[in-house]
Amino acid sequence: MLTKRIIACLDVRGGRVVKGVQFVDIVDAGDPAELAHRHAAAGADEIVLLDITATHEGRGTLLETVRRAAAKLFVPFTVGGGIGSAEDAAAVFDAGADKVSINSAAIARPELIGEIGASFGAQAVIVAIDARRGARGVEDAEVYVSGGRKATGLRVVEWALEAEARGAGEILLTSMDTDGMRGGFDCELTAAVSSAVQIPVIASGGAGSAEHFAEVFGRGKADAALAASIFHFGVTDSRELKGRLQQAGVSVRLPC
Amino acid sequence: MIAVIDYKAGNLTSVVKALKFLDARDVVVTQSPEDVLRADKIVLPGVGHFQSTQLLKDLGLTEAVREAVAKGTPFLGICVGLQWLYEGSTEAPETDGLCAFSSQCERFPAKEIKQINGKEIAVELKSPHVGWNSLEQIRPDSRLLRGVADGAFVYFTHSWRAPVSHDTAAVTNYGGAFTAAVERGNVMGVQFHPEKSAEVGLRVLQNFVEL
Repeated sequence: MLTKRIIACLDVRGGRVVKGVQFVDIVDAGDPAELAHRHAAAGADEIVLLDITATHEGRGTLLETVRRAAAKLFVPFTVGGGIGSAEDAAAVFDAGADKVSINSAAIARPELIGEIGASFGAQAVIVAIDARRGARGVEDAEVYVSGGRKATGLRVVEWALEAEARGAGEILLTSMDTDGMRGGFDCELTAAVSSAVQIPVIASGGAGSAEHFAEVFGRGKADAALAASIFHFGVTDSRELKGRLQQAGVSVRLPC
Repeated sequence: MIAVIDYKAGNLTSVVKALKFLDARDVVVTQSPEDVLRADKIVLPGVGHFQSTQLLKDLGLTEAVREAVAKGTPFLGICVGLQWLYEGSTEAPETDGLCAFSSQCERFPAKEIKQINGKEIAVELKSPHVGWNSLEQIRPDSRLLRGVADGAFVYFTHSWRAPVSHDTAAVTNYGGAFTAAVERGNVMGVQFHPEKSAEVGLRVLQNFVEL
């Protein structure tokens, strides 16, 4: 049976893993390669590394970080942040990533989705969507870019459908309303996107307890869920989380 | 020498990295039929479109693999590499596979029949099939899956799959059973990604390296 995936996310800035609340208030959480290995050993199904302040000058640091993290990582490994072209993606794949996550660049130029897919396969392209509910809630939820600083005017479900049509392999949906609050995922928003598209949807933003994961896999119809801070500070690890999810009737990869 | 065939279908880094991690000596990434013919083992990775396997024929690699396999060289196809062992795929009907196994690879159905409260209901089946799913009905005589237990989880990402036949070494269920691993003599394939399937995947690759 296909299991629900638990994905450990490393937000990286200047070569270090950091964690913020609603995209600000950054604190240091450690070395990316070391944390990637620790998470994989603790039962995470996948690792995502997001370079949240990616700059042109910082590319070398990022690629070196990816190389170090990927060296002995034998679970799927996604890298995102500042990937603006098929060449940028190729460099990240060459350093050892299995998938790339693209966000602002895909909105600026949606053809990029298909261009990366043509060389590396659709399964290697994750379109990340940062979303915030509008005045009418989920219905007019809007896509944001530039680390959540800039509204695009795009509706979340419509953009997810376009990303799928252009060849995205998965959608990584982050709710800016719930991100970093540890109060639960935005299940309604996740369900709206997951019901609209055929491709898998990864829910992100708001993980605080095993119950939150069970909710987003059930009511939220998510195929995978991503979390960062609850793992970094030893609140729980994937194995413990999965044990609780299994008790709650969610199918997960155990033993792992 | 292990020849890892590069036919420009995605990323070979992970497969090569995993083989080297297992202390496989002399791993060569190649497009040369000569390398394939002198290799001790052949690995054909692959993600993406079945169409890309056309290059194998165009470069003379299909013939080289057929000859190498006939003289007993162990061969492992991964993902699209497994699908290529069949006659072909509806993904690219004009492109021939190796025909080591009969039948065509087909896309997952759009819907699956589920029993809900005693009634049969057609529910949407997401495609691609992405994530960790279990290996079932592992053939006890499989050399590739030696030491892998029924129910062990491996990582998949694909939209087309091969049907179950007597050469199937393990099945996985997603919209019905499909071939997760196939094995006849020295010809082997896995639909999942052993290089991304943690300890279980490394075990499978180790089994192949040690053949």
